[in-house]
Amino acid sequence: MAKAVDVNAGLTNEQRIEFLQTMIRIRRFEERSLRAYQQGKIGGFLHLYIGQEAVAVGTVSVMGEHDHVITAYRDHGHALAVGMGMNECFAELQGKYTGCSKGKGGSMHFFAPDKNFWGGHGIVAGQTPLGAGIAYALKYQGLKGSCLCFMGDGAVNQGAYHEALNLAGLWDLPVVYIIENNGYSMGTSQERSSAGELLAKRAEGYHIAWDVCDGHNLEEVRQKTAQAIARAHDECKPTILEIDTYRYRGHSVADPDKTYRTKEEIAEYQRTKDPINLYKSQLIKEGVLSEEQAKEIDKAARAEAEEAAQFADQSPYPPVEEITRDVYWEVDNPDHKVSQGRIFFEDPHTDEG
Amino acid sequence: MPEITYRTALMEAMAEEMERDDKVMIMGEEVAQFKGSYKVTEGLLEKFGEKRVIDTPISEAGFTGLAIGAAMMGLRPICELMFWSFSYVAFDQMFNNAPNVRYMSGGLANVPLVIRGPANGGTNVGATHSHTPENFAANTPGLKVACPATAYDAKGLLKSAIRDNDPVFFMENTILYNDKGEVPDEEYLIPLGSADVKREGTDLTIVAHGRAVITSLKAAEILEEKHNVHAEVVDLRSIRPLDEETILESVRKTNRVLLVEENKPFCGVDAQISHMIQENAFDYLDGPIKRLSAVDAPAIYSPPLEKLQLPYPEIVVTSALDALK
Ligand SMILES: Cc1ncc(C[n+]2csc(CCOP(=O)(O)OP(=O)(O)O)c2C)c(N)n1
Ligand SMILES: [Mg+2]
Repeated sequence: MAKAVDVNAGLTNEQRIEFLQTMIRIRRFEERSLRAYQQGKIGGFLHLYIGQEAVAVGTVSVMGEHDHVITAYRDHGHALAVGMGMNECFAELQGKYTGCSKGKGGSMHFFAPDKNFWGGHGIVAGQTPLGAGIAYALKYQGLKGSCLCFMGDGAVNQGAYHEALNLAGLWDLPVVYIIENNGYSMGTSQERSSAGELLAKRAEGYHIAWDVCDGHNLEEVRQKTAQAIARAHDECKPTILEIDTYRYRGHSVADPDKTYRTKEEIAEYQRTKDPINLYKSQLIKEGVLSEEQAKEIDKAARAEAEEAAQFADQSPYPPVEEITRDVYWEVDNPDHKVSQGRIFFEDPHTDEG
Repeated sequence: MPEITYRTALMEAMAEEMERDDKVMIMGEEVAQFKGSYKVTEGLLEKFGEKRVIDTPISEAGFTGLAIGAAMMGLRPICELMFWSFSYVAFDQMFNNAPNVRYMSGGLANVPLVIRGPANGGTNVGATHSHTPENFAANTPGLKVACPATAYDAKGLLKSAIRDNDPVFFMENTILYNDKGEVPDEEYLIPLGSADVKREGTDLTIVAHGRAVITSLKAAEILEEKHNVHAEVVDLRSIRPLDEETILESVRKTNRVLLVEENKPFCGVDAQISHMIQENAFDYLDGPIKRLSAVDAPAIYSPPLEKLQLPYPEIVVTSALDALK
């Protein structure tokens, strides 16, 4: 069996501080975005990742050149973790032209293929076959890589996921399904939605390796993810990694969060398991970081989020012509157009015939 | 010109494109060892090997979704569906992911994918296996849709579809697989969005796609022999993009229109064609546009009745005479 070396042993102080910083940046970004939502600047849904930061930051931190990410709609944390800027993300939330997807995707559909980030997908488990396909393409091209395919605990009961698992097991695809188990799919707890106890254990039916992980502990997340990636790289085999985590906010901003869990439960997690507090305390205790430095990091993150919010506010909305751009590659690349005839109907803006 | 079947024409298109680009591969149920449920992929496994001709489990959502992910990464997969009716179990992947990834990424990710297979009734397999979803697909911005009627068109259109950087849904017809037609030895492509006048005429325009073209051509012969009516038959070849000009040119010449399709009538392809004609050539029409579609019910099994459910030459003739009134 592939064994990852201890990926935390050789970490420099700077690296460890950077992990903490990325988690804090994600949290401040999201808190600021919540404010923008409450001010009516963001439409539709806003699914906050607050509480789960160690999962995105830990997993992404062990990725190499040919490792890719695809995830569901709760995607802001992964986006910032892979290195997307707060500006393009905030602008996307507000549907602005300067957003990562030019305002066409919104909160649930962030993309950055240049950073191996293949989206933000709004349909529960809809991305899971795509994740297998990304891994398939890596294998087809003879690249030593993997796809980290993130999903929620609610996604494990969708057919598409099971079809993807079967293909991953059958064809030895270098994909890592990362179940971010935050205990609830919307207002339905795991006990009320999923048969059996460990969700990852369903892997056994598909002859896939599996593991569970404490998602409040960043360095454990790193280690277990590295192990799964090593299995993908060295043996070209899939893994299901179930990471226990918790979201503090409602399912989306529209969820008043009063019906399915207690305030005490949330408070208990915040008090004892907050991934940022835990890591910060650890770094301070180990003499890696001072209280003062921690405050500076936090201040900088707030300022960066504030600037991103301003950037989004000041950015223009896409021009109306954009509605029909980026639908067809061929239409957007007229020099390479080979089709004839009409492709858009009832639209005077872009109908080039 | 050599004559080959519609089936062989499709196979040749795939073989030529796989030869030319090693990013092209085909996956689907029974496409490799079994040589294709309808033998369309016969010979490809021997020629290109297991890496590029892949048998999948019965898992349409799984393998079409996988192909979308692989296409985002730069491969150019062809997925064979045993029947287009089975796309319904993969609806989210095919109709939600495939057409939307490019859009939602603001043009950063592409899906150069072909999904192909037969989409037709008329083979006594009952309602679950007889769907013609070209109207669903054409109703979905981001998708392209082609429905070839002849061997020549099947080959030229499929080659274009494989080279296309957008997802193309390619709908064939099991009843046509054995039909022979002339196909040149030299390479050729037929662009999507180019209709073809399959028969010239002066009295009436019949617009059709897929096997309805063949039915309409038979009807046009009867019309000429028995009724001295010279019908022009326009084959759409692709639904989206749509060659409006060729249709309109014919309508301006004949001033009478009959639309024939095996699709169901309500919100079917021809509803759009009809709208387009009245909008652009209203003054040229000497009578109302007539439509003949499949009888509006699930596909019946009973063989003699199923024949009556889909357009057949005699009823096309009747409808054509009606359009001339
Ligand atoms: C196919 C589908 N059904 C329902 C929904 C509505 N919905 C969005 S998120 C969600 C809960 C999913 O929970 P989980 O997978 O645990 O992810 P989490 O929200 O906890 O991150 C539901 C029901 C959807 N987007 N897609
Ligand atoms: Mg959940």
